[in-house]
Amino acid sequence: MAEDVGAARGPLEIDGLLKRIRERTPGDIVGLAILLVVLLGLFSTLLPATFPTIATVQSIMFQLPELGLLALAMAIPLMSGGLNLAIIATANQSALLMAWIMTHSITPDMGSSEVALLIVAALAAGLVYSVLVGLITGVLVATMGVHPILVTLGTMSVIDGASIYLTRGTIISGFPEAVQWIGNGTLMHIPVPFLVLLATAGVVSLVLSRTKFGISIYMIGSNLEATRYSGVDTRRVIIGVYTLSSVLCFVAATLMMARFNSASAEYAQSYLLITILSAVLGGIDPFGGFGRIAGLLISLVILQVISSGLNLLGVNQHLTLAIWGFTLIAVMAVRFYLAPVVMDAIRYARRSPPMNRG
Amino acid sequence: MRDLLARFSGRTEIYLAIVIVVIGTTLSLLSPYFLTISNLIDLVETYSVTAILAMGLFVVLVSGGIDISFAATASVAQYATAFAGADLGWPAYVCIPCGLGIGVLLGCVNAILIHYLRIASIIITVATMSVYFGLLMYFSHGKSIYTLPDWLSTRVVFYEAELASGDTIRITLPIVVMVAAVIITYVLMNRLSAGRQLYAMGGNPEAARRLGVNIAGVQILAYAYLGFMAGLAGLIQAHRVGESVPNALVGHELNVLAAAVLGGASLNGGIGSVPGVVLGVVLLAMLQNGLNLLGVSSYFFQIVIGLAILLSTSITGLSSRPGRRRSSRAAEAVANG
Amino acid sequence: MSTAPFLRMTRATKRFGGVVALDDVDWDVMAGEVHCLVGENGSGKSTMIKLVSGVHLPDPGTRIEVDGQPHAGITPKLAKDLGIHVIYQDLSLFPNLSVAENIAIEEVVQGLARPVRRTRMREIAAAALARLDFVLPLDKSVASLSIAERQIIAICRGLASQARLLIMDEPTASLTRAEVRLLLGIVARLKEQGIAIVFVSHRLEEVVEIAERVTVLRDGRRVGTYPAAQISAKRLAELMTGRAIEHKVVMHDVTSITPLLEVTALTRWGEFADVTFTLHRGEVLGLTGLLGAGRTEVALSLFGMAPSDSGEIRVEGRPVVMASNREAIRAGIAYLSEDRLSLGLNMRQSVKDNLVLTVLDRLANRLGWIKPGKRRAVAADWVSRLNIRTASIEASAQQLSGGNQQRVALAKWLATEPKALILDSPTVGVDVGNKQGIYEIIRGLAARGIGILLISDEIPEVYYTCDRILHMREGRIVGVHRPTEISEHELEERVYA
Repeated sequence: MAEDVGAARGPLEIDGLLKRIRERTPGDIVGLAILLVVLLGLFSTLLPATFPTIATVQSIMFQLPELGLLALAMAIPLMSGGLNLAIIATANQSALLMAWIMTHSITPDMGSSEVALLIVAALAAGLVYSVLVGLITGVLVATMGVHPILVTLGTMSVIDGASIYLTRGTIISGFPEAVQWIGNGTLMHIPVPFLVLLATAGVVSLVLSRTKFGISIYMIGSNLEATRYSGVDTRRVIIGVYTLSSVLCFVAATLMMARFNSASAEYAQSYLLITILSAVLGGIDPFGGFGRIAGLLISLVILQVISSGLNLLGVNQHLTLAIWGFTLIAVMAVRFYLAPVVMDAIRYARRSPPMNRG
Repeated sequence: MRDLLARFSGRTEIYLAIVIVVIGTTLSLLSPYFLTISNLIDLVETYSVTAILAMGLFVVLVSGGIDISFAATASVAQYATAFAGADLGWPAYVCIPCGLGIGVLLGCVNAILIHYLRIASIIITVATMSVYFGLLMYFSHGKSIYTLPDWLSTRVVFYEAELASGDTIRITLPIVVMVAAVIITYVLMNRLSAGRQLYAMGGNPEAARRLGVNIAGVQILAYAYLGFMAGLAGLIQAHRVGESVPNALVGHELNVLAAAVLGGASLNGGIGSVPGVVLGVVLLAMLQNGLNLLGVSSYFFQIVIGLAILLSTSITGLSSRPGRRRSSRAAEAVANG
Repeated sequence: MSTAPFLRMTRATKRFGGVVALDDVDWDVMAGEVHCLVGENGSGKSTMIKLVSGVHLPDPGTRIEVDGQPHAGITPKLAKDLGIHVIYQDLSLFPNLSVAENIAIEEVVQGLARPVRRTRMREIAAAALARLDFVLPLDKSVASLSIAERQIIAICRGLASQARLLIMDEPTASLTRAEVRLLLGIVARLKEQGIAIVFVSHRLEEVVEIAERVTVLRDGRRVGTYPAAQISAKRLAELMTGRAIEHKVVMHDVTSITPLLEVTALTRWGEFADVTFTLHRGEVLGLTGLLGAGRTEVALSLFGMAPSDSGEIRVEGRPVVMASNREAIRAGIAYLSEDRLSLGLNMRQSVKDNLVLTVLDRLANRLGWIKPGKRRAVAADWVSRLNIRTASIEASAQQLSGGNQQRVALAKWLATEPKALILDSPTVGVDVGNKQGIYEIIRGLAARGIGILLISDEIPEVYYTCDRILHMREGRIVGVHRPTEISEHELEERVYA
């Protein structure tokens, strides 16, 4: 093929905001949004009295955040081409640590500033713990080259085992009001946890799309060696990935602890599946390298809607679990078979004159 | 890397054997009860279920995939058989094939989804695990079946002997089935073309396809085989404990995967051997038994498995880092100054 | 050699949709002949191979005769039965299986329940190796073998399946000179046994040396078939591209210019020793030698990927310790890897993301934040500067043609504003026509003051592009030559001696 060595044309023909939006919204997210609307419609029709109510919205907004943060904690390693199976364990143990500190140091007769100080100390401890776990995991994956599935399986066992061993399965409960507010309070009618989720998701999204670190994550996910050759410190980024993942677990732990007013080694075990489910559903490529936080959030809302709707319909929670699994499979099937058609349609609609063709 | 692979074939088993001998000796010194025949046979029977599952998982790992839904499959097969036998009163020759058939069927579903949707097997099997387990818990209402039909719960003893020490040793059905499973898996992987095709697929899927290996067929075989083993393990487990509890096997995936990985199977496929996996199970069994005998809380076992995985994979990871490329001529030239 | 061809194709035509891949091509291969097929990418040579091996069916009107028997089209099974065996560049071997099993693999890929007969497989493997007069331990795992040895196993696999025609795709691509000689010896044995061999290769000098006849394809048509003894590599290149290629020696004296990179006594155990040279600003310095000479190793050391054990590197007079490639990039050194596909680019990511990957540091502020639009601006700039043809900067790299991909790979390194650019075999797998474009880019870069270290296997390439040429052998520099003071032929002799 002869190359064009003639005079170059001007660069991009940018024709405005619309084009940019079209470029940035892959068919995926549009598809998910459509699915969400369909589901909302479906459940509203089936449960006209109970579903489309403020109560439902609020309950979703309360339950969504812990799951959302854990899903974020899963999504980031996924984007880097790995996986973090230890997120629930890390969250639980972080919560247990914080709970232990608070219940063992705060007495009813303390002044509110003392209590506040101790709460902060507990939070700090939880954060430090999570960071440590993340660092160790990251180092093992980055420097030893061990498969992330195995590393996080190992850390999950050690952490879960330690948690159960130390607590014998009991629950630590009873936290100060301030803590409970984090989990159950509202700010301008919006549940605090939901705000925390939005803020965190926003920050993560910005990090992924606008920082050196974030961009490196998905470049590593699609080709580690090429990214390393390009001068990116892949070791540091991977360690950062798992550390960030653990920190997100810490935030989730705080919310869970606050909402349930207790911590246990066995909470949220079923969430592991759901975090993977929502990440894949949301378009995070399990082979690493692509994915959007917006898609993740929409898919979480979809899952929560299904959960709430089924709950209101009186459907057993186990059946809900099965339905989630089935949804994941169905979505992947649709994507695999319909996606090429949809993508072609979008590409056709999006076509603009190619660059540098004389 | 290529030098290492050459050195490593057979090496893992040797390392494992050494580790087992070392741990075994330590344990027998720490606890006199450890090295007794009755303890060892007991141990073998306790771990028969894990071993059977490990054989099935090994086949899937060699093909280059992974499946974490097998515990759910085992539970479904077990419960269905128990239900058919106890509540429906069906005879053994109907129930047992049904149970095994269910295992095979669920395995096939996995394979079909993985092959035709082209998604990573871990994601698919996470999804199917939820479906199988969720549906099981739903239809069973979480209730266990405590009275099993006689043909399922009656102990079958193949060999019994009294020892001088007064102990009785019994070779029971679980042990025999486990040995059979190991032998069949060995034959499949080493003596039948299907097994070699599985290894080929794990080593270079593209080349295997070019050579005319029926990738879909072989994948279905691998996952169906795991499904069969899962069904079998579920039945044996019900047989051993005398009841069918739907969520009894939850979390067991970890132990089985640990045994396989410790035994030398690689998540990337194409690597591992049946003897190696057997040794992996032995190692796990010894660790748990050792902890029990030493009076350590059983909760600790989880931590030990986790550390074992981290340790062994770190060692494998460290030793397989590429060494210096030594072109022998260049090395000579350099050496000659 | 018998007089009737083993394979004869007449009026071979193949269309894919509206694209004519092959147009009325006649071709024949004799038994026991070594026949080379050359052509640029898109010339139709891979289509022709696919017609012969059964991957595609030809369009009506095509006649294929194998051993005198006519066939309308060939299926994979038929190809196997007829003894047509293709060895792809990756060799299709299984690293986790043994030598014997790889050679005799046919025994285990039919059916699922066939018993594995180990002894029989070993016999087959041993017999195949014996036919080539070659010895390899049957139980060794293939992962531990060198590329040359693996190639022999791939050939043995063909023999084990009774191949009568062996087609090899770029067989000498990663072989040392000695290994090429070894391969030629094997080929001679195959010839004796009446097996026809077809090589598909870009390495025109080798083609001329190895083949008996060479067929040139261009744009889907056959340009001609020539006896190798009567044609030169240069002429082949001209026939392949349809253009006469002018070669001019570069007249450029650089010794008076400021040194850019001074390498003194660089040594890395087992790879290279006592390497000393200077790269000047605006100079194109060639680094040539046979495979295994240590050239890429030196480059990786300069680039910080494989730190040296002793010796010194100075950039613009300042000594620099290349502990990692980040240091090297900071010091102004860039390295374009030989392996473009897996190391050079992130194929599934966009052109934009690929272009800015090397300069994320510079685009980000201290917190690591990159202002929106910056990446887009930088990417668009480079796309126009290097004339990269792409539908948009958001298109994924794999959608681009090979030549454009190479330009993206180059652009991303130029974006780091390097002082010294190391190009490792930049034209491997690139068409003869496109090579010229790349040479022009290289000289253009040098003209702007960048020092270029051009690592290459091809003597004409270094001879006509470089100001000076370093010759490495077995880890050491054994000669420094100027194209103005030595002839191309002499240089070739010295390197291949």
